[in-house]
Amino acid sequence: MPLDNPPAKRSFKTVGTRPLRPDGLDKVTGRARFGADATAPGLLVGRILRSPHAHAKIKSIDISKALALQGVKAVVTSADFADRTDGLRDVLVNVMARDKALYEGHAVAAVAASTAEVARKALKLIKVDYEVLPHVTDVDEAMKPGAPVLHDDMFTKGVEPAPTKASNIALRCEFGHGDVEAGFKQAAVILEDSFKTEATHQGYIEPHACLANIAADGQGELWCCTQGHFMVRDTCAQLLGIEVSKLRVTASEIGGGFGGKTTVFIEPVACALSKKAGRPVKIVMTRDEVFKASGPTSSASMDVKIGVSKDGRITAASATLRYQGGAFAGSPVEMGAMCAFACYDLENVKVVGYDVVCNRPKQAAYRAPGAPMAAFAVESIMDSLAKKIGLDPIDFRLKNAAKEGTKSSYGPTFGPIGLVETLQACKAHKNYAAKLGKNQGRGVSSGFWFNFGGQTCVSLNVNIDGTVGLSVGTPDIGGSRASMSLMAAEELGIAYEQVKTIIADTASLGYNDVTDGSRVTFASGLATIHAARDAIKKLCARAAKTWGIPEDAVVWEAGHAKPAGKNAGEFEPLSLAEIAATVGNTGGPVAGHCEFNAENAGPAFASHVVDVEVDPATGRTTVLRYLIAQDAGKAIHPTYVEGQFQGGAAQGVGWALNEEYIYGADGKLQNAGFLDYRVPVCSDLPMIDTVIVEVPNPGHPYGVRGVGEASIVPPLAAVANAVSDAVGIRLPQVPLSPPRVLAALTKDGRNAKS
Amino acid sequence: MAQLTVQLGGTLQSYAGGQKTFQVEASNIREMLTRLGQQVPALKAVLDRGVAVAVDGQIIREAWFHPLTAGNEIFLLPKLAGG
Amino acid sequence: MSGVHVSTTVNGDALEFVCDADETLLDALRNRLGLTGAKEGCGTGDCGACSVMLDGRLVCSCLVLGAEAEGRKVETIEGMADGEALHPLQQKFLEHAALQCGICTPGFLVAAKSLLERNADPSEHEVRFWLAGNLCRCTGYDKIVRAVLDAAAEMRKG
Repeated sequence: MPLDNPPAKRSFKTVGTRPLRPDGLDKVTGRARFGADATAPGLLVGRILRSPHAHAKIKSIDISKALALQGVKAVVTSADFADRTDGLRDVLVNVMARDKALYEGHAVAAVAASTAEVARKALKLIKVDYEVLPHVTDVDEAMKPGAPVLHDDMFTKGVEPAPTKASNIALRCEFGHGDVEAGFKQAAVILEDSFKTEATHQGYIEPHACLANIAADGQGELWCCTQGHFMVRDTCAQLLGIEVSKLRVTASEIGGGFGGKTTVFIEPVACALSKKAGRPVKIVMTRDEVFKASGPTSSASMDVKIGVSKDGRITAASATLRYQGGAFAGSPVEMGAMCAFACYDLENVKVVGYDVVCNRPKQAAYRAPGAPMAAFAVESIMDSLAKKIGLDPIDFRLKNAAKEGTKSSYGPTFGPIGLVETLQACKAHKNYAAKLGKNQGRGVSSGFWFNFGGQTCVSLNVNIDGTVGLSVGTPDIGGSRASMSLMAAEELGIAYEQVKTIIADTASLGYNDVTDGSRVTFASGLATIHAARDAIKKLCARAAKTWGIPEDAVVWEAGHAKPAGKNAGEFEPLSLAEIAATVGNTGGPVAGHCEFNAENAGPAFASHVVDVEVDPATGRTTVLRYLIAQDAGKAIHPTYVEGQFQGGAAQGVGWALNEEYIYGADGKLQNAGFLDYRVPVCSDLPMIDTVIVEVPNPGHPYGVRGVGEASIVPPLAAVANAVSDAVGIRLPQVPLSPPRVLAALTKDGRNAKS
Repeated sequence: MAQLTVQLGGTLQSYAGGQKTFQVEASNIREMLTRLGQQVPALKAVLDRGVAVAVDGQIIREAWFHPLTAGNEIFLLPKLAGG
Repeated sequence: MSGVHVSTTVNGDALEFVCDADETLLDALRNRLGLTGAKEGCGTGDCGACSVMLDGRLVCSCLVLGAEAEGRKVETIEGMADGEALHPLQQKFLEHAALQCGICTPGFLVAAKSLLERNADPSEHEVRFWLAGNLCRCTGYDKIVRAVLDAAAEMRKG
């Protein structure tokens, strides 16, 4: 969509202020209704039976005893879902196992019963005859010849000629340009190493929950916590074989998503149970189920090699990334490969990626999917290189930083971007000059994320009292209703408080892509701006009619329709409220709309500086200071922009220091709970300092860039670099949990006892 | 109708026998993808599954009718999804 | 399973409910009394989203049986505001944007209130350790800690 005004230095009246969020009161009083908070007359309890085995053939399922139990109203298995051959097959098989259970926790059957107790008993009465198969959960093991193969029809894509033997490697991909071999020959110093990251979980505090109420004719409603209720509607309708128009999905308040709620797990099951039972069915996952059977991240194994000239310019960079994405193809390795070196201006670069399947839950998106792992490996080497050639880590990055006009490592040429400004902001910050004590270290890292736009639809209704109702279709996971209201108010020239933004259900608004890719403030915001301008045009037309002058003789300024100039006539300006009061007489309701594909999202860059102290006796790392500088393009609600920065960093600190999926030799997850899977708690973190850099995105009239994801890209490496600085040893595997750090110190002969 | 230079990301190159750039006559993304699929039949299935198109550095994920002109830098990338 | 009859006081109101003997206080509050402000994030006492006060003591209501509420006083997030007037903590959480998704917010508010009842002038360190039993995945805790410190300062002013 063409832009009518460049995002250059314009002044804002409402945008950039920090008002209270419209949904805030409900959330501090307990009134807000989340996924599990809904109920319905005649509600049944849905529960899912899950595979206890990491890999097993399902020879038979006998549900007769469960069905005979008093209070059981419906039982479903894969037999209740028609098989398919299209792009939704993996989703279907993940939702309900068909011939094989592919991971511990894979759903195999489900019941709807009058009470939770009856449902629990019924699950025990379902007899599944398994033939246990050999399993594999490690990415490097899964790639070896002779590894147990999950799918006998998986032939590696991206390899010519195509392999004839099935394997666990779904895809080989490659990005880059130039000649890396020639580039390495020019290098004065070359460093290379291998790195590992463990699978982590998004760790949203709200488990997946939904309430389905589907009649026998397929008409019905679904309430659920999701990042995309239109996606849920379309997916459930297709898996159930009902028309999309029959299913109305309402997005509840969502208790965190971070990418993990961009697909379906329990929703189609609840719909199938409800349809079969003829009653509403609610399914709420337990935390154990969330860990075992939703979508954690990939774990990764990576090799990185970077060469630099004597003066610190990178001459060549290469990497091989191996990401396991659980039991189905689709790990984010392509995005990881594209992000790996995106921060740098490189003549010679090559990244090869492998998408690998394992007997683990299918990964789902997690904040900048694929990027944090690759950045960990690359930025660790960058840190070692800076030390080796005696350059300040920020200066070394500045010397090589991508900027406007740089051919990115993944191909296209960058437009205006703010990496250099984030690095400069870090260097100028007081944290960077803070003195470090014994056992303390400082780490620097930068990170990149693409940012997305996508399909978007909003409606803006002018009410009789001059207030405005704004309906958007992208669930609000971090305060986006406030940002939308700010942008609508800015365009309309009215007060923020006069705009009320809601998340409309799927029957009330056109299709919207899921809330993902840091797209909402950009895409729904851009749609809001266009819808407001559409409404303004109509409001001006009403004023023109009222005054009896041509429509093009009316302009909109500061919330009022005004004659365009002296020639247009002398009329008192009409406020939005005044026009709104008479719409019934001037032509009926006034509403603005926008339906479009938001494109030109504008990439995001972030740089982080972290100070840590490592206890040599225990290997425990304490974060002392944390600084984030990130390019937001234009911060619509700066407080919530800071919140996105801080939240992403905290999650990254967890990934770097403690969080990991731990599998036993039996292929079962050993730490499926918040006690043993330890996310950062309040006492683990310091205040998190933020600098909002604003390099406007030319693809948005205010210059907005998405901010939600880039903030989780640098922390893994920033923390690891700080730990390395503190202890003098490079640790190539996260999390840097106390036992792992202590083992490295002991091996090096430098722990407290030695 | 403009003469466009279309560059392929590494993965896509493997389907095109290693060739990196193609000359395609088209005025928008849809035409460009259709013509490219005709020129390189081995690419067609991949293009049909969905690709992202970077035009002058900005990633266009879906819009078929985004206009393209001779001066544009056009780069085909794999389909992207976010968190 | 036969039900247990429970007479209790919730947010100052005398209430009765019937629950299963093995039913948690959290489930009883949510499913029997319709008080869904307390959330179940884990069911194992690790996340604090279900925090309520029981006879003045901060508890995870997922680790307390509904039957244990017999004759005792329960305070939940629903009782924190006084009519239209928000508690200073609620107001400061809004002003500092100490919530993003809001699922952990009721638990944090109940826990923070219990802290300020014991310690009117907590240090940042004390706030962080008192709230270490409540998980927030969105904010990185920065704005939560600031909101609690600010609320404490305001409450000290009276």
